[in-house]
Amino acid sequence: MTTMRSPLGRARGLGSAKEGLASFMALRVTAIALIPLCLWFVASVISLMGADYDTLREFLGSPVNATLFSLLILAGFYHGLLGLQEVIVDYVHAKPVQIVLLLLVKFLAASLSVFLVLSIVKLGFGV
Amino acid sequence: MVEFNLPANSLVKEGKTFKAPASAKNVRRFKIYRYDPDSGQNPRLDTFEIDLAACGPMVLDALIKIKNEVDSTLTFRRSCREGICGSCAMNIDGTNTLACLKPIEDISGDVKIYPLPHMPVVKDLVPDLSVPYAQYASVEPWMKADTMPPPGAERRQSVQEREKLDGLWECILCFCCQTSCPSYWWNGDRYLGSAVLLQAYRWIADSRDEATGERLDALTDPFKLYRCHTILNCSRTCPKGLNPGSAIADIKRLIAERSL
Repeated sequence: MTTMRSPLGRARGLGSAKEGLASFMALRVTAIALIPLCLWFVASVISLMGADYDTLREFLGSPVNATLFSLLILAGFYHGLLGLQEVIVDYVHAKPVQIVLLLLVKFLAASLSVFLVLSIVKLGFGV
Repeated sequence: MVEFNLPANSLVKEGKTFKAPASAKNVRRFKIYRYDPDSGQNPRLDTFEIDLAACGPMVLDALIKIKNEVDSTLTFRRSCREGICGSCAMNIDGTNTLACLKPIEDISGDVKIYPLPHMPVVKDLVPDLSVPYAQYASVEPWMKADTMPPPGAERRQSVQEREKLDGLWECILCFCCQTSCPSYWWNGDRYLGSAVLLQAYRWIADSRDEATGERLDALTDPFKLYRCHTILNCSRTCPKGLNPGSAIADIKRLIAERSL
């Protein structure tokens, strides 16, 4: 569309959305949380090397381990979701495509993280 | 999607070559972007062979020599020739900088000169900066205070308060940083950009200003502010040695602080 709107009119645009802080902070908080969680995860994988299925179930049967693993999954997927959303907003400019992609990554992150957490519960507590 | 390739009518073609006179002692080749919208032709890269023995030390000296002695149609902005007006901002040797502050001897090989990246080109090395100027105006870069200054006196500021403006007031609005930012390239219509945000912070950081909250409100926006992903091309390219990336981080910090 050709526009004859003044540059100032375009620069002001629709004004401030008065938001952006929450996702900015969440991206950083999850990044910090993932440092100890990833260290714990790597240490756990090393300690479980060569272990059989029952040992793994026993490991996940500990509420502390199950909690840490669930937190790793939730923080990891939330962090990944926030990062992917930024990439989509940066690079995909066609609004309908952008909205579909944003909904898609939200759906994927939500369903995959719920699936993985439930899998931990099933493995560890044998429900 | 973001366009990573130039449109067909923006592809840069090989241009003319202007040889140095036979008597030249110290020849350097300057490859300069040329574009004339009236010609209807694609931009081209002209080559000028310049005798550095008969030329000033800075890139701007060479440009002025070319315009005076070789091709008077070469178009570029310049004024103060001492890094204070910001007119001669352009992309030299792959980095945005001021032609008047860039010594030719700091560049190895051919000297490649392009206009500031990702801006519409008016002609040759002159970019259309009306959008960044309007974005600058949109942050209302002037003192806002309801308290009247003391009669017949200025508004007072402690030494420590004044020090907070150091590294901000020196910005000359050349837009080297603004146009070096990939985030600004992709979303320059909505992201304010590093120069404008540094200028916005110059007023946020000013102890005499009474509109700090209002200014932060106006910037709390996923596009206006938070398109900054701390790539920091801005701080690397600033010809005045300023740190717009740090100013933007300070704005984000203040917005976070006021909700804690």
